[in-house]
Amino acid sequence: MSAVFEQIFQLGFLAAIIRIATPLAFATLGEMFSERAGVLNLGIEGIMLLSAMAGFTAASLSGSLWFGVLVAVLTGMAMGALHALFTVALGLSQHVCGIGVTLFSSGLAYFLYRLIFGQQSVPPSIKGFETVPIPVLSDIPVLGQAVFNQFALVYMAILAIPLGAFVLYRTPWGLSVRMVGENPRAADSAGVSVIATRFQAVILGGALMGLAGAFLTMAQFNAFTFGVVSGRGWVAIALVVFGRWDPWRLAGAALLFAFVDALQLRMQASGLGHIPYEAFLMLPFIFTIVAMAIMSRNAVAPSALLKPFRREER
Amino acid sequence: MFRLEARSATPAWFNLALPLIAIAATLVLCSGLIAIAGAGVVEAYGVMLSASLGDSYAITETLVRAAPMIFTGLAVAVAFRAKFWNIGAEGQLLAGAVASCFVGAIPMPGYLAMLLMAVAGAVAGALVALVPATLRVKFKVDDVVSSLLLNSVIYYALMALIEGPWKDTFSGYPISPPIEDSANFPVLIEGTRLHLGVIAALIAAPVCWFLIARTTLGFRIRVTGENPEAARYGGINVKRVLISTALLSGALAGLAGVGEVGGVHFQVMSDISPGYGYSGIVVAMLARLNPLGVVPAAIFLAAVMTGAEAMSRATGVPAFLSDVIQGTALLAMLVALLFTAYRIRRVGASS
Repeated sequence: MSAVFEQIFQLGFLAAIIRIATPLAFATLGEMFSERAGVLNLGIEGIMLLSAMAGFTAASLSGSLWFGVLVAVLTGMAMGALHALFTVALGLSQHVCGIGVTLFSSGLAYFLYRLIFGQQSVPPSIKGFETVPIPVLSDIPVLGQAVFNQFALVYMAILAIPLGAFVLYRTPWGLSVRMVGENPRAADSAGVSVIATRFQAVILGGALMGLAGAFLTMAQFNAFTFGVVSGRGWVAIALVVFGRWDPWRLAGAALLFAFVDALQLRMQASGLGHIPYEAFLMLPFIFTIVAMAIMSRNAVAPSALLKPFRREER
Repeated sequence: MFRLEARSATPAWFNLALPLIAIAATLVLCSGLIAIAGAGVVEAYGVMLSASLGDSYAITETLVRAAPMIFTGLAVAVAFRAKFWNIGAEGQLLAGAVASCFVGAIPMPGYLAMLLMAVAGAVAGALVALVPATLRVKFKVDDVVSSLLLNSVIYYALMALIEGPWKDTFSGYPISPPIEDSANFPVLIEGTRLHLGVIAALIAAPVCWFLIARTTLGFRIRVTGENPEAARYGGINVKRVLISTALLSGALAGLAGVGEVGGVHFQVMSDISPGYGYSGIVVAMLARLNPLGVVPAAIFLAAVMTGAEAMSRATGVPAFLSDVIQGTALLAMLVALLFTAYRIRRVGASS
């Protein structure tokens, strides 16, 4: 009997890790593309929230979840374009603009949500995505149910990692992104448009942040609440540094964080509260700050991060 | 054809004109949202204005709301002057709130308690700000990311306290025990919430201005921010200046938390700050990092916040408009600041 219980516990636990990791995988990949091109996007927290709200609203009004996902992605791209307009085209300070984009997008998300749905005692919910078991693979013991009986968006996240790595390391565009993030002057001499490449990278990043937001309101919670993102954007900022701007390491970092998060949820639920669960929630931030101090000796951050590019200035 | 041209100096009237232009642009942009919500733009802004600055009680409420943002605005302004990118005022505020709540709960004579609360809150905020500054000067760690991430660490530490040892055992709510009644900041005008901390904030601004504009430390902070190479060449210990700036900035943000505990809430809860630390960035940018400008900038944001609630009741436009205004104002100000570095020149098509 206890063995059976343990089995269910383990199955659910693995699946929970994958689900917690999914929005983080999208968000960290998005932030990574932006930062690889030399643009820190602190707007991520607000962009995820606004996309989550826009996607949820579109899905609940149209009745189509995939239309909701599309709207979330387009919202993310629009906010990415806004951030790029300020930081790339106008060359304004990236961190202050990012905070501005976060304040603006979150404010807009709260405002529009309240305007559309009014103040209700029970927040409106939608019938979210259902899991899609993949034939054969979902029959693999343990792993099959956790990984291959998931939402379509989870599969997209799993595919996004190798795809992201391929785009970044194996395509001409990926090379351009890395060049404009490391040495924009050289990229410019080589005929790569720094401005255009940065715009594209930040907008692609916004699209991925939009997917992260869509997952939260259409697969994980099936409702929009003001705390639906609750710092996941900041977690992504931390994980990008922790995962050293590499898609594979980012996936590992997201899984590690998801493991810790799932563990603290279990401990909270089972009442094994010797250690406050907040201690676990703090961990990724503390780890990242410590890792930044250790890693700083061999600088791995894109060299041109935070530096605007103006062609005429030498 | 127009092109941007670098500008070497800016006329003094820019300091006043730019924020006003940015605020005007913000209000015009956000009027679109009021129209979408189906309310009259003039009516909505009119209610906001009269509810926040229309009578003496409204003014005191706006000032109470402005006080924490004056402190966080000063914290950010001082830090940004030295190019110490302190995005962590939110966490420093929370640390100050926790420390002052801890001290305020100890029975002792009122004025001693208030003094010690302020000291404890300032020290706590300064210690939190010391972390990103130390990491930057010792390990070259980016202060933007480290100070931002610390906000989450401090927030969870606060949550652990109010859901753990501080939790109200009677009601089960995650709130700290209240501070001693004698430690409550005195109310200055009967029937309002205008407390001693508001006066402290209003005094802190000119003190910070004096410190930045007229003292040796202020000179060092400015030179370090404007030209660290020249500062080093001139014999200024840039690392030490950054550490001092961080301590000062963190202490100011910590005092924002002290005011909220001593003068408004008398205890600590999870939403003791509705993002006052981030609002401090908006305030500091609107003030063009001038401590004297921080006061009107904070009062503007506070008026928007208090006014938005009344506007919402009167017109049905969601009060979250104030959050949109805040974000838009920051972005508009950043664009407006372009005019200090560049001027738009008309150039011939041939050039």
